[in-house]
Amino acid sequence: MNNSLTINSILRFIVLILAQALVFNNINFIGSVNPYPYILFILLFPVNNNRTLFIFLSFMLGLFVDIFSDSGGVNAAACVTIAFIRPAVLKFAFGMIYEHQIIKFNNTEFGNRVIYFSILTFIHHLIVFTMEVFNISSIILILQKTLFSGIFTILLCVLISILFSNKD
Amino acid sequence: MQQIINFVIRNKTTLLFLLLFVIAFGLTIQSHSYHRSKFINSANFLTGGIYESANNIMAYFGLREQNNILVEENRQLRALVYNRGDSTITSTTSTDSIFSNGRYRMRSAKVINNNYSATKNYLTINRGEKHGVKEDFGVMTSKGIVGIIDNTSNGYARILSILNTKSRINAQLKTSNHIGSLEWNGESSEIVQLSDISKFAPVKQGDTIVTGGQSSIFPKGIPIGSIEDFTLDVGGDTYTVNVRLFNDMTNLSHVYIIENLDAEEIKLLENPIDEQ
Repeated sequence: MNNSLTINSILRFIVLILAQALVFNNINFIGSVNPYPYILFILLFPVNNNRTLFIFLSFMLGLFVDIFSDSGGVNAAACVTIAFIRPAVLKFAFGMIYEHQIIKFNNTEFGNRVIYFSILTFIHHLIVFTMEVFNISSIILILQKTLFSGIFTILLCVLISILFSNKD
Repeated sequence: MQQIINFVIRNKTTLLFLLLFVIAFGLTIQSHSYHRSKFINSANFLTGGIYESANNIMAYFGLREQNNILVEENRQLRALVYNRGDSTITSTTSTDSIFSNGRYRMRSAKVINNNYSATKNYLTINRGEKHGVKEDFGVMTSKGIVGIIDNTSNGYARILSILNTKSRINAQLKTSNHIGSLEWNGESSEIVQLSDISKFAPVKQGDTIVTGGQSSIFPKGIPIGSIEDFTLDVGGDTYTVNVRLFNDMTNLSHVYIIENLDAEEIKLLENPIDEQ
């Protein structure tokens, strides 16, 4: 059980990075809107697991995406942040189930899952675009990009998580 | 001592988070400052290899279009060759100095990764140090300029695109010698801004903007774009001109790398002046 979970995570890590670099970075919907569904790795990481390892893996995930998209360290910074605040968001979105540490993302309610995805996605995107533009006077541009990319990412994340959920 | 260790163990998640966040922030700052980030870039062996194999497949989808571009360029070059004896084209015209005069060496390359949606865009090409490509070489297509090489590895190089808010390229009007600096405000991938054009310059809508030849990177007279509109600055001394690019930056495949063989000599000559 534990072993298959590890292999599953490693596979997800590699596939999501490649998909982000080769497909999702090149969508450029209406000129410049790109989704970042690679954060699914962080969103769907098993809950009752080593937090230190989780934060470190999130950092590596972001760093690889940064190397592929030449963005310095913006994705790495955003990824460690959402990995760090994930427990709080989980508690907010799922309430009791999280308290008992028996959370399985496939079995959670759809509404709760969308709320959980949305909060983390918007925080991630806000950090990414703030650090990428790095100019507080273009705050409108930052918010605009966050909103458009965020909606796109949430849609894709929900779709992918439904498509690949193995109901047992 | 015991207490410090206890503190570290108790807060190890928070401390790790802070440490990694600071590292990531440092990398971001480093990539924003002009001095190039050495190892977080797409021109390394791993990412370059992956991009190249993906490009080997994707390249087939644009073959027809690329053929048309090449035929069009051949037509231009042939027209140039057969019209050489013509009195209208003398050796001082811009295009001649690129191709026939021995100051510039041209190399061809293929774009294997192209970004244009962020505010700081880079391209990756499949030529690197082993092909003799170095930093600060210019890159152009048959239609206009693309950017400047800012990072190289053994087999790949990264281009700082003109669609990057860090990019500054010397440019001028084709009709007169008023120079300005070509920048990008991060908004549209078709329009770049030419600032610091003197108010005495004859700026007209539709006029051509070419490279200025004041830097040692690009030869003078490579086309960039045409004037879309222009506004007088608040100070009233200079124009800021919106330039519509000739190049479609969203669809690049074959590019040329320009090496200025005199660049070293020019740099040597100019450096002592800078230091004073």
